[in-house]
Amino acid sequence: MRRHLRFWPVFQRNLLVWRKLAIPSLVANIAEPLMWLVAFGYGLGALVGEVVLDGQSVPYILFLASGSVCMSAMNAATFEALYSAFSRMHVQKTWDGILNAPLRLDDVLLAEMLWAAFKSLFTVTAILLVMTGLGIVHSWKILLAWPLLLAVGITFSCLALIFNALAKGYDFFTYYFTLFLTPMMFLSGVFFPRDQLPTAVRVVSDWLPLTQAVALVRPLFLDRWPEQGWLHLAVLAIYAGVAWCIALHLTRRRFAG
Amino acid sequence: MQAMSAPLFECHQLSKHYDGKPVVQDLSFQIAPGECLGLIGPNGAGKTTTLRMCLGLSRPDQGQVRAFGLSMPQDDLAIKSRLGVVSQFDSLDPDFTCAENLLVFGRYFGLPDREIRARIPALLEFAALTHKADARPGELSGGMKRRLSLARALIHQPDVLLLDEPTTGLDPQARHLMWERLQQLLQQGKSILLTTHFMDEAERLCHRLLVVDRGREIAQGTPRALIAQHLEPDVVEVYGRDAQHLIADEAMDSAGLRALAQRIERSGDTVFFYTHDARPLLAALSQHSGLRTLHRPANLEDLFLKLTGRQIRQEA
Repeated sequence: MRRHLRFWPVFQRNLLVWRKLAIPSLVANIAEPLMWLVAFGYGLGALVGEVVLDGQSVPYILFLASGSVCMSAMNAATFEALYSAFSRMHVQKTWDGILNAPLRLDDVLLAEMLWAAFKSLFTVTAILLVMTGLGIVHSWKILLAWPLLLAVGITFSCLALIFNALAKGYDFFTYYFTLFLTPMMFLSGVFFPRDQLPTAVRVVSDWLPLTQAVALVRPLFLDRWPEQGWLHLAVLAIYAGVAWCIALHLTRRRFAG
Repeated sequence: MQAMSAPLFECHQLSKHYDGKPVVQDLSFQIAPGECLGLIGPNGAGKTTTLRMCLGLSRPDQGQVRAFGLSMPQDDLAIKSRLGVVSQFDSLDPDFTCAENLLVFGRYFGLPDREIRARIPALLEFAALTHKADARPGELSGGMKRRLSLARALIHQPDVLLLDEPTTGLDPQARHLMWERLQQLLQQGKSILLTTHFMDEAERLCHRLLVVDRGREIAQGTPRALIAQHLEPDVVEVYGRDAQHLIADEAMDSAGLRALAQRIERSGDTVFFYTHDARPLLAALSQHSGLRTLHRPANLEDLFLKLTGRQIRQEA
């Protein structure tokens, strides 16, 4: 098998398992984000009405939809690369079985990373379709949001695999969620504009990966082009690249010996 | 005869340390085509570590692994594509049926689906699982799972099989079926490296044995030759109500028993007499009422216990 294709049978394995569970997992994956959207968008949206963004008024529901789709990409990729990958790696020993075949650990990790990103893209696609169907989004530019959200999925998948490599049990992942993902959710401008944040917090917020994702995707929902789009994409790429190298190193260390 | 042909698989002076502690030390062995080599030793002897090094999953600190004219670790993928592995713990996919488990595993070897699907019926039959083709591993017994693991290890038609304790935890029927299948594979010309701590398994399947303890080789040879080399041919086991009394040193001397055996070992209430000629010993023992005796030829279990000791290991 060619080197760059060795990840494929492992990816295909995950795809085959998922095909059996796709419909129930899809319902779970899109039900929660849609509940956020309905509860906050229509509930809070009625109170807030419009949000001022870069001097322009934007309906709150559109503001929230564009942020929450990024959050969904983050959550879906993270869940898959933490809980599901860990159960394959540690609980079911699926990875050990695969390593008896002519595949390397790097191939397995690449497959898991791409798989988590794929699943996140699948969730995001369903959410975008529902948002379009509900008439929340109109701009054709969200077609461009789609590949960008894949990049968001890849970034968070790489980050999560670092913690997968370090985990001794599922409990460990709670720290990642409560100490990293949940604060980021509130600091990245998903629910409210970031200019309301105190300056010190805002400086940190500027460099969070979810902030970058929102900065890339939100303008497309508003039928605009992102400002400094390449810069945001570059920051995401750096997060993904560095996280991938760390995850690969830690996973190799876990399996060495 | 087998030793004359070039080895298919070879480990040369392997050593491995974990946290400064030696786990495998200077271990060398070869496997000829069609040969079954048994790697036997107590728990913690370094058997699984040795297998991991054979697979390139663990880097030896020293020494080399060579197979099919190739070397680990640089040719790891080419070597692994000709090895079939059954590891100690099943890694079957719980979400797939038996047939799907074989299909998915075959893909890891780069085999086209058409070819894998064509091989599946024969492999399921070999594993006596034809009627379970659509069952998931969770619905299988322990023996069925192990046979599915074996079938999975054969999907790419490997030349050498690495089997790590393939019958541990199985009931006698399942073990015998597994042995029969492994015999069949040997007859087909496959080579096998087998780790086990069941001596009857080693005796039945292995052409040659490598006994390891604390990571070192302590004996190597055919089962018969090893027994002849290390043990007296006859064993008399004595147990019963009065065996306790008999094993007191003075009693043993006064009865003249010590002179009738080359070696005497005790384990709990049982006394083992190892001797070249059991008849005078049995006659002397018959003088004592309340003793039960068992006279049998020396076997691999005796050899194993002699070489590795009777005491339970701390780590076991």
